[in-house]
Amino acid sequence: MMKANSTPSVSVRGLALSYGAVQVLKALDLDIMDGEFLVLLGPSGCGKSTLLNCVAGLLEPSDGSVFIKGKNVTWEEPKDRGIGMVFQSYALYPQMTVERNLSFGLRVSGLPKEEIEKRVKRVGDMLQLGELLQRKPSALSGGQRQRVAIGRALVREVDVFLFDEPLSNLDAKLRAELRVEIKRLHQRLANTMIYVTHDQIEAMTLADRIAVMKGGTIQQLDAPQTIYNKPKNLYVAGFIGSPSMNFLKGKIEGSGTKAVFHLGNQKIPLNDYTPDAPIKPGAAVLGVRPEHIQIDMAATKATSDAYKAVVDLVEPMGSDSLVWLKIDDTLFSARVESNQHFDVGQKVNVRFRIGLASVFDEATGDRL
Amino acid sequence: MSSTSITPIIPAGKKPKKLITTERVVVYSVLTLCALFFLFPLYIMVITSLKDIEAIRSGNIFVPTMHPTFTAWGKAWNSACTGLYCEGIKVGFWNSVRITGPSVIVSIAVASITGYSLANWPFKFSEVFFTILLVSSFIPYVVMLYPLVLITRWLGIFSTLPAVVLVHTIFGLPILTLLFRNYFSSLPQELFKAARVDGAGYWRIFFQVYAPMSVPIFTVAVILQITGIWNDFLFGVIYAGPTNYPMTVQLNNIVNSVQGGKEYNVDMAATILTGIVPLAIYFFSGKYFVRGIAAGAVKG
Ligand SMILES: Nc1ncnc2c1ncn2[C@@H]1O[C@H](COP(=O)(O)OP(=O)(O)OP(=O)(O)O)[C@@H](O)[C@H]1O
Ligand SMILES: [Mg+2]
Repeated sequence: MMKANSTPSVSVRGLALSYGAVQVLKALDLDIMDGEFLVLLGPSGCGKSTLLNCVAGLLEPSDGSVFIKGKNVTWEEPKDRGIGMVFQSYALYPQMTVERNLSFGLRVSGLPKEEIEKRVKRVGDMLQLGELLQRKPSALSGGQRQRVAIGRALVREVDVFLFDEPLSNLDAKLRAELRVEIKRLHQRLANTMIYVTHDQIEAMTLADRIAVMKGGTIQQLDAPQTIYNKPKNLYVAGFIGSPSMNFLKGKIEGSGTKAVFHLGNQKIPLNDYTPDAPIKPGAAVLGVRPEHIQIDMAATKATSDAYKAVVDLVEPMGSDSLVWLKIDDTLFSARVESNQHFDVGQKVNVRFRIGLASVFDEATGDRL
Repeated sequence: MSSTSITPIIPAGKKPKKLITTERVVVYSVLTLCALFFLFPLYIMVITSLKDIEAIRSGNIFVPTMHPTFTAWGKAWNSACTGLYCEGIKVGFWNSVRITGPSVIVSIAVASITGYSLANWPFKFSEVFFTILLVSSFIPYVVMLYPLVLITRWLGIFSTLPAVVLVHTIFGLPILTLLFRNYFSSLPQELFKAARVDGAGYWRIFFQVYAPMSVPIFTVAVILQITGIWNDFLFGVIYAGPTNYPMTVQLNNIVNSVQGGKEYNVDMAATILTGIVPLAIYFFSGKYFVRGIAAGAVKG
């Protein structure tokens, strides 16, 4: 994977944007390193596109500034920012052929004809658009259209590419194909890329770092694995991962390495847990991913780190199954291989891999 | 009993509809009546214009003549008298062309660019501006007639071609701007953004990206304006001045100026000649008109 180096390519400082009384972006700070693939991930309406449009210069922020390559471009026109952009709806010019779609921006900027031809040819080869060059967008499939749209950003030969949910309109198979193609492009070109999506898989597979957004703020900005393993708060923990993380409500007694999580009558020691913040007694939420819960078939062989649970429901998911379990009144799910069989009402022992779990302060929602 | 016994076919699903139903009979009768109501006068006009005066006096108004002649048409075009001079309706025809041409071009040019600005380049008071435009399309234009006389007089163009072109442009603006704004708003915003990233500015986006995509709406606007302006009488008679009277005004003068006997055939021919332009436009472009309307012209 392309390793991002440490000079910021795009910086956003205190960026805010409101529509009337509605604050869409709230004093946002963000640094994207040179050559980095940054994914903006978040639910619909959280301001991802708005942020991207501010970086592109298509929206004027109410406050704050945008720097690209160290230059303050807050008031520059999109064309002067050294960016290329790809949109969800492809946004190809319908009356122009593929070739003219690709070259439009270059013709606008008055590049010499030979140079335009050279660049269009190179990008056409790179994206295998060869036979399509003389067609109109209406004669292309969705995947081909989006490749052309990517090509239109590439011919600009800029440092920063912005993608706004480029694969959302495609079916699952094409999406997977183009995802790989985009990843390859990034490895080859080593440009800075900012990529908006609400698809976790895209985010996980493509990103050097993911910024998880909610309500116009960035909740966490980290490498995909860090986001997955050490979510900063309950929101990120619940948003990332599918099937989603189990949240078990209980309370902590004791502190430091002697801390114990009380779930109903059962006590789960936290000595394996690597905390972000000092563990103190109080109401807390234990977050465990379904794949980090193991089931012992026999209920009798209870060991010190296993807990008694009852099978409530089994959801087969193909390669594995999701088994819903109950401890007292707390419902949670465990992911098991699908060849294991469970009956509803069966008593089992479960083991939590506390080393991979997260503990959250119930009041603030932050990871401890 | 054999295992291959055929199960009888039991009719399932809805019964096929009868072709002749009461509703259909009613609908088609009403449509036919309406068509006749509008076609019948046209029929009378056409057959009368083909008769000579003798045939009109002696014959039945509903019965076509056995000896059709185009002399009335020739006279209506070349030498019918409009009161002051006798040069036929052709003078009015060319005046109408000279009024309609520039009015259509100017009004559509201004309205499309205004609509484009309102849809894509919001400025501080664009909402207010749009509301004013909307409201003003409901003001009865009689209210504006006299103020516009004063304005054109103050501009020194009253009773000239520019005056009537200006007035047509002004009155065409609200509805046309609305039409264009709605159409441009219905185009994908991302296309506009893509063009901006590509470095296209205000005019280039309009001419190279939007205009080629907007043939349907331009067609609708051209049809609306040509027919509207060609049929206009009032603005022509008030602002154009006698030398520029459009065809409608000339027609009125021909029909109303009586020298000797009334020449119904000439009047009818002149009327048909006047109506033929909008008629032809509807006839040949009806398809595009419907297509343009369907393409978002009247969508909110
Ligand atoms: N022109 C506008 N006027 C008022 N509110 C707007 C406008 N444009 C966007 N918003 C609001 O701003 C918020 C953020 O919009 P944005 O398009 O950035 O969301 P998003 O994260 O890209 O969502 P999605 O995943 O659906 O694309 C939304 O709640 C939206 O309703
Ligand atoms: Mg969006």
